[in-house]
Amino acid sequence: MNKLTVSPSPHIKSSQTTKKIMWTVVISLIPAGIAGVYIFGISSLNVIALSILSCIFTEALFLKFRNKNPKAVLDGSAILTGLLLAYNLPPHTPFWIPIVGGMVGIVLGKQIFGGLGQNIFNPALVGRAFLQISWPIYMTAWKNPRWWPDAISGATPLAKEASTHFSYMDLFLGNRPGSLGEICVIALLIGALFLLVTKIISLHIPLSYIGTVGIITWVFGKDGFFKGDFIFNILAGGIILGAFFMATDYVTSPLTKKGKIVFGIGCGILTAIIRLRGSYPEGVCYSILFMNAAVPIIDRFTKTKKYGLIKK
Amino acid sequence: MAAINFIHPPDFKDIAKNKKIEISPLPKKAILLLSQHTGAPSEPIVNVGDSVKTGSLIAQAKGFISANLHSSISGKVIAIEESPNPIIGSSKAIIIESDVLDVKATVESTPAKDISSLSSEEILNLIKAAGVVGLGGAAFPSVVKLTSIPSKKIRTLIINGAECEPFLTCDHRLMLEKPKEIILGIRLIAKVLGVEDVIIGIEENKIDAIESMNSALFMVKGEGLRVKVASLRTQYPQGGEKQLIKTLLDKEVPSGGLPLDIGVVVNNVQTVFAIYEAVYLKKPLYERVITVSGSFPNVAKNILVRIGTPIKDVLDYCGLSPKLDIHKIIMGGPMTGVAQSNLDAPIIKGTSGILVFDKKFKLKEDELDCIRCSRCIEACPAGLMPCMIGLAAKKEKFNIAGSYEPFDCIECGSCSFVCPSNIPLVQLIKLTKLKVKRQ
Repeated sequence: MNKLTVSPSPHIKSSQTTKKIMWTVVISLIPAGIAGVYIFGISSLNVIALSILSCIFTEALFLKFRNKNPKAVLDGSAILTGLLLAYNLPPHTPFWIPIVGGMVGIVLGKQIFGGLGQNIFNPALVGRAFLQISWPIYMTAWKNPRWWPDAISGATPLAKEASTHFSYMDLFLGNRPGSLGEICVIALLIGALFLLVTKIISLHIPLSYIGTVGIITWVFGKDGFFKGDFIFNILAGGIILGAFFMATDYVTSPLTKKGKIVFGIGCGILTAIIRLRGSYPEGVCYSILFMNAAVPIIDRFTKTKKYGLIKK
Repeated sequence: MAAINFIHPPDFKDIAKNKKIEISPLPKKAILLLSQHTGAPSEPIVNVGDSVKTGSLIAQAKGFISANLHSSISGKVIAIEESPNPIIGSSKAIIIESDVLDVKATVESTPAKDISSLSSEEILNLIKAAGVVGLGGAAFPSVVKLTSIPSKKIRTLIINGAECEPFLTCDHRLMLEKPKEIILGIRLIAKVLGVEDVIIGIEENKIDAIESMNSALFMVKGEGLRVKVASLRTQYPQGGEKQLIKTLLDKEVPSGGLPLDIGVVVNNVQTVFAIYEAVYLKKPLYERVITVSGSFPNVAKNILVRIGTPIKDVLDYCGLSPKLDIHKIIMGGPMTGVAQSNLDAPIIKGTSGILVFDKKFKLKEDELDCIRCSRCIEACPAGLMPCMIGLAAKKEKFNIAGSYEPFDCIECGSCSFVCPSNIPLVQLIKLTKLKVKRQ
């Protein structure tokens, strides 16, 4: 008889792995990417490619530098960061914008905390926030869909100076200027449905986030008390992308269902406040980053209730 | 807690569930471990050289939480020494060499016709004398569980036929083949406890066992005993005592407490059968039904085997060829069982199965960092946060790990099962329990 293997129980395991989870999320983002490239033209593919390459390269460099297994670069997390960063960028930027963003996201957002699972902030959003603060002009140089008469636009639908009227259908299909991956709501929802069906994410964060934004922008909207255009607010910015794909990032969101709901509501309140009262037209990125920082506190106050916790 | 978390591993029960219980041949040598139940080891009352019969008392319960131990074969005591123990590596055992005659000590050949004259106390004494322990796995002495405490009125008796561990089918077969005996056992326990409500919980992947038990209920008809068979969804670890109580009665056993604190006693079906035999046949617990299953369907069996039979003999009888590509041999189920390195280790009272795995069941060894996916939290049937205990334990911060209630962990292994990063969470929790206790 061969040598018997001795290992602790359990002796069977579920087939789900961290790598599979990461790649599933990557796959779920493909429809939105195809939509973005279709709407803004093939040049926006460069933004996606450069962002992903920058993240993978930086990750590999740091894994080497930290004496980690270089194979970990293929765990899917770096490509996911690159993809999400690209989706948060204007569809047409100078080539070095996604490169710098990817490097900052991976280094300052992830590796300095100790790599996968250790970071406090969503790495893609760290990269995006850095770019937004450093080069606001490039980060707000929006491009119109390629079938519009004028190629360069001044404003996204959320911008206060926006003059064009957008129908809900335009917003739903992505017939509008905006970040590369955030505009086509239907494509994002297809991906989100895939994540829900494969049980990678639950509805706790997206529903509480979107619901909160909807309620606040309805009650306190521009058109008067209880008259706000909440559908516009939900469809127009990056909330769908943020709520389903970025706020749900395991590493940077709370552990329990209760915590996830608190987190979603927090993101929603901040996004609504920034949109209604802030100087930025859009608040998804900073809201999620801010709530990321609150996760340890949320976790502390939203522990699970254990079995048998009753007075004896 | 609103509802209990469960997981749904593949059940692998088709491999052995249609195999009738076979009687395994007598071992040439029986290794009877003095410590094969919860509590103090029993104390030998025989010496090397003594002749014993099948069912002779060879070691006595020592203290309240302990159990009698009987010889499982007839023959001669050849040694009392350290022997391989399938759970803890090695411990002291009485070793008996068979005379192949299988001369029975006190066992009656036909069941007693009428036991209604027996008092509760007499029934308890018979159970105690027979060394019956919980056969679901924990091997807790049954007499202790059934001895009433005046301040705690027992209202419900739950019979555990959930058998939620994948692969195992011994309880399933017993319910199919011995339903009347189980019902008679239930009647005995109900009498001892003074309960009128009995629920037999069986998972719906054993639909024939549910029918079988239902068809035997006529035996207690008109006696004032309300026995009900409950069909349960198939989920793990529903056979955990506290989890079964919650699904059947929607009541929770207080943290750190026992089921009797809320007026419930839970007994496994095979324990009930052993109690039936102890009372009706005066038969000590020296054999039990186990499942042999795993990667090789042609060796799968349900067998009645003598306690103390070496694992090797069991596998030989089942026809396991050493030439097969065997990767791992497990005593118990795949979720909580113990991988064996020494096949001389014997079957003990708490053994429910022997699983033989080939390389297909080789587990990945690379462990990744926790990505906080919270799958372990959603899997934990005790409502704990395994990843928090695990992360703190890995950094040796046991005071933090200890603050996440490790002592409520039932060690079912669900957290390790679901973890996509392959973190040995249940081991880290067990480690935390040891470390926190030591401080």
